[in-house]
Amino acid sequence: MSAAWIDGVRAACLFATDPAGLGGVCVRAHAGPVRDAWLTLLRGLLPDAAPFRRVPVHVTEGRLLGGLDLAATLGQGRPVAECGLLAEADGGVLLLSSAERVDRTTIACVTAALDSRAVVVERDGVTARQPARFGVVALDEGLDSDETTAAALLDRLAFLLDLTSLSYRDTGETVGYACAAAVSEARDRLGEVEVGEDIVEALCGAAFALGIDSLRPSMMAVRAARAIAALAGRTEVGEEDAAAAARLVLAPRATRFPEADAGEDSETESPQPEPAPDDERSEGTPDGPLADQVLEAARAALPPALLDALLAGGAAIRTGSSGKAGEMRVSRLRGRPAGVRAGQPRDGARLNVIETLRSAAPWQRLRGRAVGDRSARVEVRSQDFRVTRFRERTETTSIFVVDASGSAAMHRLAEAKGAVELLLADCYVRRDRVALIAFRGAGAELLLPPTRSLVRARRNLARLPGGGGTPLAAAIDSSIAIAEAARRRGETPLVVFLTDGRANVGRDGIGGRTQARDDALRAARALRIAGCSALVIDTAPRTRPEAEELADAMGARFLRLPRADAAALSAAVRTQAPRTGGDTHAAA
Amino acid sequence: MSAPFPFSAIVGQDEMKLALMIAAVDPGIGGVLVFGDRGTGKSTTVRALAALLPKMRVVTGCRYGCDPEAADDLCDECRERSRGGELKSRLRPVPVVDLPLGATEDRVVGALDLELALTRGEKAFEPGLLARAHRGFLYIDEVNLLEDHLVDLLLDVAASGENVVEREGLSVRHPARFVLIGSGNPEEGELRPQLLDRFGLSVEVRTPVEISDRIEVIRRRDEYERHPAEFVKRWKSRDGRLRTRIRKARERIDAVLIPDEILEQAARLCIALGTDGLRGELTLIRGARAVAALEGAEEVTLAQLREVAGPSLSHRLRRNPLDESASAVRVERAVEEVFGS
Repeated sequence: MSAAWIDGVRAACLFATDPAGLGGVCVRAHAGPVRDAWLTLLRGLLPDAAPFRRVPVHVTEGRLLGGLDLAATLGQGRPVAECGLLAEADGGVLLLSSAERVDRTTIACVTAALDSRAVVVERDGVTARQPARFGVVALDEGLDSDETTAAALLDRLAFLLDLTSLSYRDTGETVGYACAAAVSEARDRLGEVEVGEDIVEALCGAAFALGIDSLRPSMMAVRAARAIAALAGRTEVGEEDAAAAARLVLAPRATRFPEADAGEDSETESPQPEPAPDDERSEGTPDGPLADQVLEAARAALPPALLDALLAGGAAIRTGSSGKAGEMRVSRLRGRPAGVRAGQPRDGARLNVIETLRSAAPWQRLRGRAVGDRSARVEVRSQDFRVTRFRERTETTSIFVVDASGSAAMHRLAEAKGAVELLLADCYVRRDRVALIAFRGAGAELLLPPTRSLVRARRNLARLPGGGGTPLAAAIDSSIAIAEAARRRGETPLVVFLTDGRANVGRDGIGGRTQARDDALRAARALRIAGCSALVIDTAPRTRPEAEELADAMGARFLRLPRADAAALSAAVRTQAPRTGGDTHAAA
Repeated sequence: MSAPFPFSAIVGQDEMKLALMIAAVDPGIGGVLVFGDRGTGKSTTVRALAALLPKMRVVTGCRYGCDPEAADDLCDECRERSRGGELKSRLRPVPVVDLPLGATEDRVVGALDLELALTRGEKAFEPGLLARAHRGFLYIDEVNLLEDHLVDLLLDVAASGENVVEREGLSVRHPARFVLIGSGNPEEGELRPQLLDRFGLSVEVRTPVEISDRIEVIRRRDEYERHPAEFVKRWKSRDGRLRTRIRKARERIDAVLIPDEILEQAARLCIALGTDGLRGELTLIRGARAVAALEGAEEVTLAQLREVAGPSLSHRLRRNPLDESASAVRVERAVEEVFGS
């Protein structure tokens, strides 16, 4: 008996009843028999004629939205539009594979179509508006909590299923209405189902109590309740329908326990409970004017273009490992298009057909093509060729690893926070993504998965409590994991450590200075081998060798956060500047 | 396409609604930026605006929708026509043009008409979205996801009021005066600070926190989706009243007086907040005048200045981009200090 599977079956039935209305389902599961079983079930519940279109991870915008049909255009000598995947999915289901890795432009196209239930195309000389009433099935294969489907998409999908823990044996069970005939009947009945005011109120109240800020889930819950009633053969939504809808739609999105005080948690964004407040106070994150002062002092401590300099130097630090060098290479094929120029489509440059045709078009008559002769091919000469230029995608993800252990918290946590904020401001200017890892006690914790929202980064940083041991090795390990994940997305990772380097908790989470140090140095070498650019900022109050040793092992740049005295700090910046500020051309 | 959600049926979000109405009364205000949480009805409100606006008079047969009254702001074709005598005109709804994601530059600014070129070998200009948006609104959802070069281009045209096309051997210029409306969610990436300043008004929208408001939103939305025609009909008279208000405000706005002491107060507020340049001050005054016109007042008072201070100044403060203490709060504080409470 598996409740998760039964919920999955219910969600499939409801979704099949009203695909466009309910937006869709996000299925978090590994590729495997369980997921296949669920998809087969869903396919069986949808009408036979309903399209079921799969969108690959790296779909091009052109294929998604539609555009110019090249073959037909050339053949007929006039522009012929082509239907995109979104429009093809009209009346059926759009399947997003590896949804956690789909880039945000694709997500934005899908969500726009979900909102307007149509695809609006304004590209390549084609203007069109096509109906696109579809539901989305997002197949999320993310393993960790840092790999999830974009929130903008999840907000528009009614059901979030997690089938990761199920085995194939669980998939045998089913519920009474899980057959195509019942679903089809429910679909016809859907329009007649009435929803009482009290039901709407109850669902809104539940969403509010669960801390769901967006209003879309509440709307979805109302629609789901209607579908449940329709499936059960009723024309009036009852209390039990509303309860089931709340459980299926609202519960997976809860950000707080309903009994919590409503006013207090209004800005909680993560599902994790807040750390206990006394923890935060006593361990050295002074709030108020004092914190501001220290922050102000730390502001002067870092050269403004530090990140730029580090990035430029990153290639040099990277030891001659060949396999990863590709990400810095100028590409003719990858990245976002950035204009068109005349040129030959060789060496892998991509021909821009529409612009080529445009430049050929005015000359057709001169080139001897009879007026009104529709059978003739378009005559394209080599000087007409236009190739697309791409802007290389060198988006950077800066991963901040902050030491929040007791030894650091005593002295410098507030300053370290200030330093990170300063670097964050740098990231803001360059539109980087940032991630935040803190380590203290027994292990490292990912406070913020890579995001572009610096407001969130700052908020999470301010909340960071201090105290406990220094599990440096664990912190380095988790930074490597995040860096590798960022690289898989085609971004350039940069790891910034703020620590005194005095590890005293080993990889296994057990104290012991020698073991901990060995582990840390081993992890540091692994980081070097991974080829990540890194920066170590020493936060120790007195000069000690540990942090510098660590930086050496990582092949990282090393910088000492001087004592919190503005004059000394700016002096330190000046002496540091030639070393870090040499070659500051940023990867655009 | 079914009728859009009625403007007057949108629950709360007064600041956003006011900003859009100001832009409708005084298109010269310079665009509206709407930033906020997911699912707060940003897109719905902007699309609802389209149905609310009074119709406008355009030259018959003009591809750019020229105003027959504005003799010195005609496109080349209309200028040609006007030499032949009186321009014929007709009424048409004010365009609210959607800039879809993935739009390419050629469709935005206009390009060589491919069909004519291929079939007849004629070199003709096919106007793009900018031409369609002339005298209306251009709406960009997810403005922070738009390619930077497109955003620059749009702001440039919006500021100059003219679209200049130089491509594929074409050399065309036509008037393109429109109000740019951008919306987005800050969690998906901030907008470059340089761009922020180019928008006249900026409002932040939040999910309603009152449970009764939330219920009302869901209830109306559900009703609209189930019986769109009846729902729109029920709100028709309220939308009509708003439309009249906008029309009257437009007629009245030139007559609204701005006393010297109001100008002085506006200047003092801007100095207190340390906003760069005069753009903020100008927007503040224009916005206050539009509000006065909407309220039917004959001259601008402090109350109106107070009302538009947030939307017209909050995004122009020189600030640490990470400073969380919302800039709206800072504006409010300065308003209290300068104007007194």
